Amino acid sequence: MAIIEVDRLAKSYGGRTVLDGVSFAVEEGEIFGLLGPNGAGKTTTVECVEGLRRPDGGRVRVAGRDPATDRRRVTPILGVQLQHSDLQDKLTVREALELYGAFYPHPADRRELAGRLGLDDLLDRRFGTLSGGQKQRLFIALALIGRPRVVVLDELTTGLDPNARRDTWELIDGLRDDGVTILLVTHFMEEAQRLCDRVAVLRSGVLAALDTPAGLIEHARNATVVSFTPSRPPGDDALAALPALRTVRRADDGRLVVSGTDATVEALMSLLARDGITAHNLRVESATLDDAYLDLTRGEH
Amino acid sequence: MSASIAVLRAEARLLSREPASVFWILAFPALLLALVGLVPSFRAEATSPGGGRTIDLYVPVTVLLGLVMAGLQSLPPTLAGYREKGILRRMSTTPVRPSALLAAQVVVHGAAALASGVVVLVVGRVLYGVALPANPAAYAGTLVLVTLTALVAGALVAALSRTAKGSTTVATILFFPVAFTAGVYVPVQSMAEELRRVVELTPFGAASQALHQASSGGWPGPSHLAIMLVWTVVLGGVSARWFRWE
Repeated sequence: MAIIEVDRLAKSYGGRTVLDGVSFAVEEGEIFGLLGPNGAGKTTTVECVEGLRRPDGGRVRVAGRDPATDRRRVTPILGVQLQHSDLQDKLTVREALELYGAFYPHPADRRELAGRLGLDDLLDRRFGTLSGGQKQRLFIALALIGRPRVVVLDELTTGLDPNARRDTWELIDGLRDDGVTILLVTHFMEEAQRLCDRVAVLRSGVLAALDTPAGLIEHARNATVVSFTPSRPPGDDALAALPALRTVRRADDGRLVVSGTDATVEALMSLLARDGITAHNLRVESATLDDAYLDLTRGEH
Repeated sequence: MSASIAVLRAEARLLSREPASVFWILAFPALLLALVGLVPSFRAEATSPGGGRTIDLYVPVTVLLGLVMAGLQSLPPTLAGYREKGILRRMSTTPVRPSALLAAQVVVHGAAALASGVVVLVVGRVLYGVALPANPAAYAGTLVLVTLTALVAGALVAALSRTAKGSTTVATILFFPVAFTAGVYVPVQSMAEELRRVVELTPFGAASQALHQASSGGWPGPSHLAIMLVWTVVLGGVSARWFRWE
């Protein structure tokens, strides 16, 4: 059974529709990404899952309970990292862990958690003196301190430098082994590609796509692009007959640009070999989740 | 239960780490009393109307000043800041309700205000021989009631301002009239009668009269207590109505 169910979720603020019938389900143990441009409704969606907002329409369930009305049963199994939320500046890391640990019936071992998140040396530091990456690690620790079954992370690595971002990804990856379900809001495609089992792409309050990262990439318009300068041009008919071909373009400098799937590339290679055509300066580019995402969110489908 | 105690402990620690709050609540009122007492004529017998010494009248005034500092100056920016920084929001995602955090803040500020009152009474007694309240029960009861008034007034300032900065501004503007009604510039008992009648309608003016009566061994007039009670209920109701969690 899905541990998070979002069914035809609708929400508007002052007449402006933010979510218009969003549905998805997250299985237990899954890392599920929520992608989309600013204002697409990502944060509103997770706020409904967290019980911070009441949906105008549709249904949200966490472990079968309504997070907005059944707070008493949902909060103990839910760990949350919010996008714009700080702690008291003069609270130390140790005190924050103690305090939030006291909120839950069976908290995680503080020392073990601090070690795992690299907070060992920071226990006596006050929150206000921590760097962005250190704060973020503390927020993850606080999201995990209640031994939650579901963790919601909203723009976890926004504002972090690339090193801190990579370290954070490793931490999240490590949680996979614990069987914790993670709902991850992000606008970094690399992050989604690296961490998520499945990804939902939101566009202006509706679900534009829901697939695995690999599945989304495959459906990008230009999944694989090959470009080269041929020793002599191959025949147009032969090119047009390539399997799964998307586009063929002859650039002004004589380069030939062919886009399609891996099958297109393989067929193209054997075509060139058969005709004895040499491909100079051959370049093969695979589409990334970025490309798939841009296709989806620009609405060119 | 243990979660509420953990919140209370954390907030008590945090308040003790704010040197400005600690100074203005706990030290400043006693310091002011000590300075007032340095003026020889204030220590002379029968300088005030009614026969007592001026320094005797300043003890309840500086006790009230401690409450104003805690409830109306230190509390509002703390509460507004907790909302502004998303601390209340984060808390609403845990099994503990964010109201536990507000309650803890109100309790620690109330405790600091009462501690400040004790410091003032001790300083007055030790430095200038001011008699301790002759009716301690009435004095303590009045003190608890007016502390509550100061705290809900502070909560209202936090409820009505969007940011910690905004609430500091409002609190600073409010300080002067409130300090006046508490008798910081002229003790309420020394005011001209027409003025006193008006000041007695304010919570701190009423409290000043009630404390004065309790220190000389009497019981506070019911009208003074009623005025404090009405203010507390009204301010508390309005702040509960207007407080925004985010």
